[in-house]
Amino acid sequence: MRSLFTIKVLLICSIFLGYSLSATAKEETSEGTKKDLKTEIKEYIDHHLKDSHDFSIFSYTEDSGKHVYIGLPLPIILWDNGIHVFSSSQFHHGETLAQAGGNYYALDHGKIYKTDAEGTMTYDEEGHATNLKPIDFSVTKNVVMMIITGLLMLWLFSSLARSYAKNNGVPTGAGRFFEPIVLYIRDDIAKPTIGEKRYRKYMPFLLTIFFFIWFLNMFGLTPLGVNVTGNIAITFGLALLTFLITNFTGTKDYWKHLVDPLGNAMPWYGKLPIYIILVPIELLGLIIKPFALLIRLYANMQAGHIVLMSLIGLMFIFKSWIGSPLSFFLAFAITLIEILVALLQAYIFTMLSSLYFGFASEEHDHHEEEPELAHL
Amino acid sequence: MDKLLNDFSFGLFVWQTLLFVLLLLLLYKYAWKPILNAVDDREEGIKNALAAAEDAKKEMQNVTADSEKLLKEARGEREAMLKEARELREKMMANAKEQAKVEGDKMIAQAKATIDGEKKAAVAEIKNQVADLSVQIAEKVLKEQLTNKDKQLKLVDDMLGDLKLN
Repeated sequence: MRSLFTIKVLLICSIFLGYSLSATAKEETSEGTKKDLKTEIKEYIDHHLKDSHDFSIFSYTEDSGKHVYIGLPLPIILWDNGIHVFSSSQFHHGETLAQAGGNYYALDHGKIYKTDAEGTMTYDEEGHATNLKPIDFSVTKNVVMMIITGLLMLWLFSSLARSYAKNNGVPTGAGRFFEPIVLYIRDDIAKPTIGEKRYRKYMPFLLTIFFFIWFLNMFGLTPLGVNVTGNIAITFGLALLTFLITNFTGTKDYWKHLVDPLGNAMPWYGKLPIYIILVPIELLGLIIKPFALLIRLYANMQAGHIVLMSLIGLMFIFKSWIGSPLSFFLAFAITLIEILVALLQAYIFTMLSSLYFGFASEEHDHHEEEPELAHL
Repeated sequence: MDKLLNDFSFGLFVWQTLLFVLLLLLLYKYAWKPILNAVDDREEGIKNALAAAEDAKKEMQNVTADSEKLLKEARGEREAMLKEARELREKMMANAKEQAKVEGDKMIAQAKATIDGEKKAAVAEIKNQVADLSVQIAEKVLKEQLTNKDKQLKLVDDMLGDLKLN
């Protein structure tokens, strides 16, 4: 969707040159259009941040007021007393109803609702639709991006793996760029946090999650306009995996530490009143750690996209020779920062996952003298 | 929070988990495992090569030390041999000298003896010839002398005189 803006920028630049004289009078005609532009941009950003049921590259409005969308429709898969599969082109971008298996479905703000043949929608006082929602397993834009990223990763890394055999243990091509990163994750993330002995079994997950997040973050900065890692369902899924792996690979010590953090440092009657507070905190910490992971990634990517798109939007609001270039350069600077953030967030997610794995798989030497308060 | 929950799409979550786990398994089999193994092998290889190089260096040092020692030994041996040879030569020369002297002396003595013999033989011959000559002379003298009486008497006197002197 960014490309829409770049196209708009280019268009506006050229239009400005051509129309600058004739347009000046028109610009001042109504305050109303200016306000409309602001809400339009806001809605556009909102729309961009959400997942979408079709892979639209860009859209524009014809002089006749008709919206034209350029892109690919994607398959809709619904579970509503049986599976319904149909193309998202049936919705015509939310303008019409789709009919499948004798039921009618409407697309409203990126969500699919069950309606009747007339497409009646009911809303509560907060403006949320109260229509029944079928469970939506559609292959959305984000799913497509994940598949593309997955294929890209498979291709990149399996060719890296093959290049070792072919080239006598030295990577070739793109592998030369990615191998040091793989080694960095091994030597500077996994080994120090998990330990020399046990790091190997976590390596596939750490590598996959790092490159998966990084690539998707980077795709988010392309004009394809995807916001995969800024989607709460995605980050929830990633954090859930970290949570599951942490707890399924947890050693006896880890669990014992969880329910009996003070160990033998104190007699049981002394521990009892402390544990009333301490154990719930420990158990809560179990959930809080992955929760922080999912919110951190989600919020960072979401915020980056909002800031970036708002700055681009500002260009159209300012519409002046000072303001627009200024916001353009601001947007440019933020994009550069976002490239760093894309890598940083992938690193942080991997690093913290690795740390949690390290805590869980650690086998304590049971040093009694050390007070176990550090973890608080 | 309400917004977060509203944004949460269960279908997307299912897809994400499914795709990610699938990707994880595929990458594990086709990428991470061979990559990590290859890297480990390579690192092991480098480690081994370094150790081998270190060993070779040590070996080299040993060899150099050994050869130095050998050289020193050989040099010592040569010196000893030379010394021995020199001594032997001197001894041989001394021996030869002595032997030559002995031989020379012997030859000289022999020569002297021969000369003496020869001399004696020559003297004897001369004596014989002198005797012969004397006899012949005496014969002639006697013949002449005996022809005259006085002379004969004188001769006898002289001879007697001579005898006394002897």
